[in-house]
Amino acid sequence: MSILLKNVKTASGDLVEIAFESGRFIEPKDASKEAQVIDGKGLTVIPGLVDLHTHLREPGKEDAETVLSGSKAAVSGGYTAISAMPNTNPVADTAGVVEQVYRLGQVHGICDVFPIGAVTVGQLGKSLAEMGAMNSSEAKVRIFSDDGNCVWDSLIMRRALEYVKSFDGLIAQHAEDPRLTHDSQMNEGAVSAELGLKGWPAAAEESIIARDILLSEHVGSRLHICHLTTAGGVELVRWAKARGIQVTAEVTPHHLLLTDEKARSYDPIYKVNPPLRTDRDVQALREGLADGTIDIVATDHAPHPAENKECEWAAAAFGMIGLETSLSITYLAMVKSGLMKLEDLLPKMAKNPAQIGRYEGHGELKPGNWANFALIDTSAIWKVERTGIVSKSKNSPFVGSELPVKVIKTFFRGNEVYSQ
Amino acid sequence: MTTHLLSIKDLTKENALNILDTAEELARITETPVKKLPTLRGRTIVNLFFEDSTRTRISFEAAAKRLSADVINFSAKGSSLSKGESLKDTALTLQAMGADGVVIRHPASGAAQRLADQKWMTGSVINAGDGTHEHPTQALLDAFTIRQHLKQSQGDLSGLRVAIVGDVLHSRVARSNVHLLEKLGAKVTLVAPPTLLPVAVESWKVAVRYDFDEELNEYDVVMMLRVQRERMDEAFFPSEREYSRRFGLNGERLSKLSKDCLVMHPGPMNRGLEISADSADSSKSVIVDQVRNGVAVRMATLYLLLGGN
Repeated sequence: MSILLKNVKTASGDLVEIAFESGRFIEPKDASKEAQVIDGKGLTVIPGLVDLHTHLREPGKEDAETVLSGSKAAVSGGYTAISAMPNTNPVADTAGVVEQVYRLGQVHGICDVFPIGAVTVGQLGKSLAEMGAMNSSEAKVRIFSDDGNCVWDSLIMRRALEYVKSFDGLIAQHAEDPRLTHDSQMNEGAVSAELGLKGWPAAAEESIIARDILLSEHVGSRLHICHLTTAGGVELVRWAKARGIQVTAEVTPHHLLLTDEKARSYDPIYKVNPPLRTDRDVQALREGLADGTIDIVATDHAPHPAENKECEWAAAAFGMIGLETSLSITYLAMVKSGLMKLEDLLPKMAKNPAQIGRYEGHGELKPGNWANFALIDTSAIWKVERTGIVSKSKNSPFVGSELPVKVIKTFFRGNEVYSQ
Repeated sequence: MTTHLLSIKDLTKENALNILDTAEELARITETPVKKLPTLRGRTIVNLFFEDSTRTRISFEAAAKRLSADVINFSAKGSSLSKGESLKDTALTLQAMGADGVVIRHPASGAAQRLADQKWMTGSVINAGDGTHEHPTQALLDAFTIRQHLKQSQGDLSGLRVAIVGDVLHSRVARSNVHLLEKLGAKVTLVAPPTLLPVAVESWKVAVRYDFDEELNEYDVVMMLRVQRERMDEAFFPSEREYSRRFGLNGERLSKLSKDCLVMHPGPMNRGLEISADSADSSKSVIVDQVRNGVAVRMATLYLLLGGN
């Protein structure tokens, strides 16, 4: 039976009807006469969001997050596809582990969980993981990353870029020269100098981006830069795109909003890798996202149990959760600030990531695609409450904040998987 | 005064001068045969040391005991950052034991502030050195010592030129001193190789010199910082010999200092590296006075935070 969604607005404000049947969008005129009608009055329909950078902690650290709890957090934030980073225990560097994660996602059936495979065995940067086997597996892995461990060895990086060409894969690089960031705690600058926290210089990120862009050009492979954080990094990606190099880049919601001034509290809720940078960097990231230099927003959702944040800064884990607040924070940084319209922002959170990941049937409200969408209230203001957080971990820097845009319902393959 | 002493930035100029003046009075009392005051009788002060520092601990212990407080020494060394009991659990323990004040030394920058901000305990927190952030009582005792010798123990330090020489990057003593000396009107010059200065040091209200010999005769105070030999392995400087030659206070430099210039060092010293033996033991050296004044300044701090009004 078909379902007809009536009285909803698109992101640009036009009233539309949306129809779907058997889990996929259809033309509204093709909906059957007895179609079930959902009234979406006052709400805006958006494509199910797609995240290319999620940490789910299963297997190995299920007290922080599981595939199930992460999926629930995702749909409560309007996401219907997430990409599980490989830094689990064991590391997702074999077909066995990626298939396990993929199957868990399918069994739960709340959203799609696409595993990202490790580039090197154990994410150790020494020898290539069996990326071909991960691609041929049921999980059909196309994105590979050593996540928090930068693939720093130039030769390994070159080979990885070349190798994944055969199956249209790409390498997602966490750009961080490890020699320049040993024990680093926060952005290196005036604030770190005053706080006595060891600095993580922008150059450690930019030097790897520059190198990888050149490698990508040389071997003609697809390169994706994870969580860009510096003004210089934006410049490098802009330069590479102008040269026609196949590079894409992401930015996280928190790097679009927060600066290293937050570290003055010594509250490790703000400790994240790469670190929060300066206001100048935030402005450059926003401009880069608005002008298309930065292709996508990715959450880098990084759950940690309370004890890993209820401590002194240096002892705390890096990372913050983000799936549930991503749309609101990005809206705040980009739309509220007047830099972008919602209809221009959404492709960066749905269509573009789906394209980069080759996630077919995702990212757009169009007939033939999976009926993945969310209904949002763009006029709502909501307060982030610790008790309201769906993720197993509560390490959000936005607890207590009042944010714009509320996700009211989320549908995955035509089924309602979240309702506020 | 504030409830806690976490950073020199917590203090106004008036607060700082009040501590120095109070220390002055308390120092006079400790020169009498009966060195004890009843001010903090019945109060419990915990020395919570996550890092070895016998000198700072006994200084605080002596200060608290001279004010008649009960002192508990809690040496938590070994409870390293990732292992052992967390800072939170330690704080909850101290709260259960009824600590009125906690003097904390910790290898992590910001540990004292975390302890104060997290409401795990209600007592006053005194930062006795947190990582490479601050060591406020050291700066206060340094200011006290400078004032004693160059300002007849009166008023602020306006007009004085102070050189802080050495590993500023890793020094909590330097950070606290930069803030306090500036507050008290002194002009600070940092002297170090660029590798041992923080990036963005230009945002500090100080002058920076890479050459120790430049303006050497114009300083009223030369404060030498300890250099850890391990820094050489991290390529901060080529060799001990080169460091010592360019940034050490040797006999030749000592002879070029102005007549009344004070030589200071927060200790423990690496004799022969950042300071030569003849400099450390010279008539210009007030290093032993610094140690002595530490007790009076810490008494004043405890008195004003816990026993005032």
